[in-house]
Amino acid sequence: MTGAVARAAVRARRPGARPAGGPRARLLGWSPLVPATVLLLLFLVGPIGYCVLIAFTDTQLTGQESASFVGLANFRQAFGDPAFRNAVVLTLVFTVLSSLVGQNTLGLALAGLMRRASRPVRALTGAMVITAWVLPEIVAGFLLYTFFERRGTLNALLDQLHLPAQNWLFTLPIVAVSFANVWRGTAFSMLIYSAALAGIPQEVTESAEVDGAGGLRRLWHITLPMIRRSIGTNLMLNTLQTLSVFGLIWVMTRGGPGNRSQTLPVFMYDQAFLKSLIGYGTAVALLLLLVGALFSVVYLRLLREEV
Amino acid sequence: MRPTAPLMLLAATVVAAGTLTACSSGSGSDAGTVKVAFIKDTNGKVTVRDDYVRLVARQFEKDHPGKKVRLIPIQASENDYYTKIQQMMRSPRTAPDVVYEDTFLVNSDITAGLLRPLDPYLRTWDDWRQFQPAAKAAARGQDGRTYGVPDGTDTRGLWFNKKIFKKAGLPADWRPRTWDEVLDAARTVKREVPGVIPLNVFTGKGAGEAAVMQGFEMLLYGTGEHQLYDPGAKKWVTGTRGFRDSLSFLDTVYRERLGPEVSDALSPNIQTNVAAELLPEEKLAIDLDGSWLGQQWQKTGGGNPWPAWSATLGQAPFPTQHGAPPGKVSLAGGWTWSVPRKAQQPDLAWKLIETFQSKPNALEWCVRGAQIAVRKDVAADPRYRTSVPGIGFFTGLVGVSRYRPALPEYPRVAAAIGEAMEAVTADDASPDKAAADYDTTLKSLVAGRTVAKP
Repeated sequence: MTGAVARAAVRARRPGARPAGGPRARLLGWSPLVPATVLLLLFLVGPIGYCVLIAFTDTQLTGQESASFVGLANFRQAFGDPAFRNAVVLTLVFTVLSSLVGQNTLGLALAGLMRRASRPVRALTGAMVITAWVLPEIVAGFLLYTFFERRGTLNALLDQLHLPAQNWLFTLPIVAVSFANVWRGTAFSMLIYSAALAGIPQEVTESAEVDGAGGLRRLWHITLPMIRRSIGTNLMLNTLQTLSVFGLIWVMTRGGPGNRSQTLPVFMYDQAFLKSLIGYGTAVALLLLLVGALFSVVYLRLLREEV
Repeated sequence: MRPTAPLMLLAATVVAAGTLTACSSGSGSDAGTVKVAFIKDTNGKVTVRDDYVRLVARQFEKDHPGKKVRLIPIQASENDYYTKIQQMMRSPRTAPDVVYEDTFLVNSDITAGLLRPLDPYLRTWDDWRQFQPAAKAAARGQDGRTYGVPDGTDTRGLWFNKKIFKKAGLPADWRPRTWDEVLDAARTVKREVPGVIPLNVFTGKGAGEAAVMQGFEMLLYGTGEHQLYDPGAKKWVTGTRGFRDSLSFLDTVYRERLGPEVSDALSPNIQTNVAAELLPEEKLAIDLDGSWLGQQWQKTGGGNPWPAWSATLGQAPFPTQHGAPPGKVSLAGGWTWSVPRKAQQPDLAWKLIETFQSKPNALEWCVRGAQIAVRKDVAADPRYRTSVPGIGFFTGLVGVSRYRPALPEYPRVAAAIGEAMEAVTADDASPDKAAADYDTTLKSLVAGRTVAKP
């Protein structure tokens, strides 16, 4: 295509567009984006490319004279490693339990309830939930560790109520860390759903009420379909964030006892930094990325379908 | 895909990648500054090493006008400390000039090319002659060169609370001769003095190398010759009775509830817990632990001053399994001062190490840090011999002390031992099953260089 035809085509497509000059001018037009692009390449694409590169080598942090290219050996090792498979299962349990069931449902329930609540109740609940969210991960981890610990707050409370004590950090560690993640992440879902619910036109709800639809039917036939997109977005953000939770679990259980709360990020850290197998750890990181991508694809399909 | 989808994928990528890459910190260096990295106790109140390093640094600055020492204390558990310094040493921008290396790790770091041989400096350093032969070998690489100057060593044995023992009707000069006698004493304490933890043996992944060395290897080295590594065949050993028996001992301790609560025993804080709470509060009767414990209870910098400890605690050597000669077991470890290969000021770094290990400063550290001296002139000094109660007992164990296999793959073998201990303690596996799992892991760790032993 010659320059003139191309320009004509551009003008035809965008009638209001400023007439472009020569190729030089167009290049100039892009120039404000150069710093951002360079930064992206340097700090986003660079490290990721480096990770991909290392994942195919046997690089170690210590105890090795020189690293060499090993092809797919790290990935083969991962799939043959029972500890890796255990980590995948635990990651799925953790994600479903804390993100899909916990944060998402609880966030929606809170948002729904808060629409009906009086102003002071709404302000108070909102402040409390959001406090949990803005706390740094490490701080939240220590708080919940002291809550669940054998001599911690929860057992003191249970003792007051004459209920039997728990030791979940030891007996049910994956449940304990899932609860912690729900505690920390529900605020985000609540905020998204509050905004989504506020966007439902009053008339729709009212006419449904006039037609005699009860609360549950209104939720199923009116509310949920109308906030479908928000649900999809929220699920995706929640899931991706939950998949990469590391600090919370590390502080509370270090993946233990045994490897009963060793999700993929903790497994990755253990291999890369404690066992010094940087190459293998990075390969696991890439596989974790793959799990995240799979979840994303499912959600994106959900989002695309029209009702 | 919606237009936002690639962005979200990218966001996810960044989150995952960040975990592996967000570990560097830039730091400038100028010609007059020497940077020294060392481990700081996780109990913030214990400042005994910080105080000593600061003291030496001030002296160094006075002796070398115009030069500055920058301290890089790293407050972390031992495992996290190793990871941190290894990452720092990989880049010239972050490498310290002097680094405090555990002898457990030093061979692995030598092989990885992270450290600088010190032989050119040692040749012209008169004081090197004062070091005991074993100490000189502490940081010797497989290439025969020396990569660190040790600042002391340590030995291991049983600490016991004489007051609790009196209540339980056990002697104040307790000397168990076999493993069974240790367990029997613990059972007696459990029966006679309720509310007290009878016996602590470090175990699992949380305590890291402390569990492997103070806990497991103290047992294993008392079961027979070469139960871990066969130096003759240059191979790691699998399938030994000693390995299974050592795991069974741990199994007995935690199954019979002779030890701390399992969840506490597997917690990374157990070492601090024992030294700062259980022993000083007299809630623990017997502790299998290191010679340095006394440093925690010193009046200054100890963090948990406990003047009565020397009268309350007794020491006994840990016995071999069935009392086979020499009848007692101890392992020796310790730390060295080393210079990273990528250090910017190696000559100045060496001058600082010389200052650290001058006789007065070496003596000062042995006294403050409850260390076993590695310099002959320090070991002979009356101030050292009377410094900390019990130092005579632990120095006496040097003769029977054994060393861990000084091989680059040792840290990863140790990690596998920690996992076997954790599986048994948490009741995830029987001792036999855990030992078999260890054998499988070991074969892949050392690329098949193993030999089966009955």
